[in-house]
Amino acid sequence: MTALLEAQDISKTFGNGVRAVSSVSLHVGRGETLGIVGESGWGKSTTAKMLLRLLQPDEGVVLFDGADVHRMRGSALRDLRRRMQIVPQNPQTSLNPRLTLQSSLEFNMRAHGIRAVERGRRIPDLLDRVGLDPSYARRYPHQLSGGQLQRAAIARALATGPDVVVCDEAVSALDKSVQAQVLNLLATLQRDLGIAYVFISHDLAVVEHIADRVAVMYLGRVVEQAPADALWKGARHPYTITLLSSTPGLGRERIVLDGELPSPADPPSGCGFRTRCPIAVAACADEWPLLTVRGADHLAACVHHRPQLAPAVTAVPA
Amino acid sequence: MTDLLVASPAAAPPPAADAMATARTGRRVPWTVWIFGGLAALLVLLAIFGPAIAGNVVDGSLRQRLLAPGAHGHLLGTDGQGRDVLRRLIAGARPSMISALLPVLVAGLIGAAIGMGAGLAGRRVHSTIMRTLDVFYAFPAVLLAIAIAAALGSGTTNTVISLSIVLIPPIARIAETETMRVRDYDFMESARASGAGRGSIAIRQVLPNIGPALIVYCTTLVGLALVFAGGLSFLGLGVAPPKPEWGQMINDQRQYMLNDPQVALAPAIVIFAASMVFNVLGDGLRDLLDVRRESR
Repeated sequence: MTALLEAQDISKTFGNGVRAVSSVSLHVGRGETLGIVGESGWGKSTTAKMLLRLLQPDEGVVLFDGADVHRMRGSALRDLRRRMQIVPQNPQTSLNPRLTLQSSLEFNMRAHGIRAVERGRRIPDLLDRVGLDPSYARRYPHQLSGGQLQRAAIARALATGPDVVVCDEAVSALDKSVQAQVLNLLATLQRDLGIAYVFISHDLAVVEHIADRVAVMYLGRVVEQAPADALWKGARHPYTITLLSSTPGLGRERIVLDGELPSPADPPSGCGFRTRCPIAVAACADEWPLLTVRGADHLAACVHHRPQLAPAVTAVPA
Repeated sequence: MTDLLVASPAAAPPPAADAMATARTGRRVPWTVWIFGGLAALLVLLAIFGPAIAGNVVDGSLRQRLLAPGAHGHLLGTDGQGRDVLRRLIAGARPSMISALLPVLVAGLIGAAIGMGAGLAGRRVHSTIMRTLDVFYAFPAVLLAIAIAAALGSGTTNTVISLSIVLIPPIARIAETETMRVRDYDFMESARASGAGRGSIAIRQVLPNIGPALIVYCTTLVGLALVFAGGLSFLGLGVAPPKPEWGQMINDQRQYMLNDPQVALAPAIVIFAASMVFNVLGDGLRDLLDVRRESR
């Protein structure tokens, strides 16, 4: 299957010397959901911005339908903007506080020359689709709850009929119960409209709920990438294994990591995870292991082919 | 008091959101806005109709010089040339208000555009614009206005031009600060991802957020501009006599001040009062539009 959106070895170093993203390769097929997980500050949002052409990568290319996103001009770029959308993280700031929902939705449609009559026709549909009453069109963001705000942000993303929606921690700020509702909404929209998601979260439990494939990021790199099932059943990177063990509800014994979080500005030599890795060996300090094939569509970057981690002595029952 | 302490934070709506709600639904407009907004409207009406209702304000009778307030139907008395002071104040409203309101309007539009442009531009363009504006800050505003007006020559048009130039930097700075405040919000990211052009993002997304602060600031600036404009025409850089203008009236009549202080004090008080009206109105609008306590 050809990928709809694909990143090939993209890297980004910021002006202050922080190497936020290093040689990340990802791909999302039509109607598919790619989850990107990892702790905060590991380059997930930077990756998202490069996918969306909000940030220029230093190296590597991003392809949308086979065309280089960062070389697009004119109508190709317009078309990209229409077909690729974002649902931002913070419900309180993801919608303009001074605009009604209607104005926010219209802004996106107007950017693509959709006429007033058509805009007026689509807005109730869009709100209805995300489970908001059409009367909400006249409301301001401060009159909505967090979950309603994210629904509205989803409606805005849908306004121009996109093929890919990047959800950057889109449910992270919500309560668990509201989270589940929004995730169900996203799943329904995917089934009905065939949208592909790039779903970024620090919460594995959330990603598990929605992703077909998962990329695990650590210190600006993808350390493991696999179909969701394969990852839950047999993670091949110690970081993924500890992440899984710390996620409630997956029925694993918890592994507690020692050691300081490395700084992206001053990463350790070799594998970035070795300072916290319980099974690090001398070779880990030499270089960051390459992603190697561990199964069907399953890649991991670890010197151990099949790492085994012992649960912590003071294991907390999951 | 105890009620305040007992009330749980969860039960009460966040104050910022509450204030914004009232601002939009139009409830609870502060009394200062009603009163001083009315007074400001009155001043504008005076500027429009003043010259028409004031009648002859140029020719006076030497036999009626320096009449005390109230004498012979002259409510505020007459000046050193025997002209009715009240009529001259009413007629003088137009040049005085024009040379205060117009510069703020012009500088408001230009300053807002410059400030938003700088705030949304890349780092290099941003610092070039802002450092250029800093050059203007090196001069005291009044002196700069005087220097420009003197170079251009006297007259209302030149007063307007010089004050506009002086007022652009502070307005641009407010617009820039406010733009910087919103530029990294999530909604700006999705606006960029929407494919809309920069101009469209600036006008439809940024401007609604920085507008209230600009309106409040510009309103108070009208008060300042009134004083500046008065100062310029006091120095003879405004309207040429015998046509009346508030600042020029002070200059005109200052020789009589020792014996008949009211002839020069009347226009001075009017300038001060008009300036205060816009100042207090600005403060009231600040509360109404909830500029400082913008919710995040």
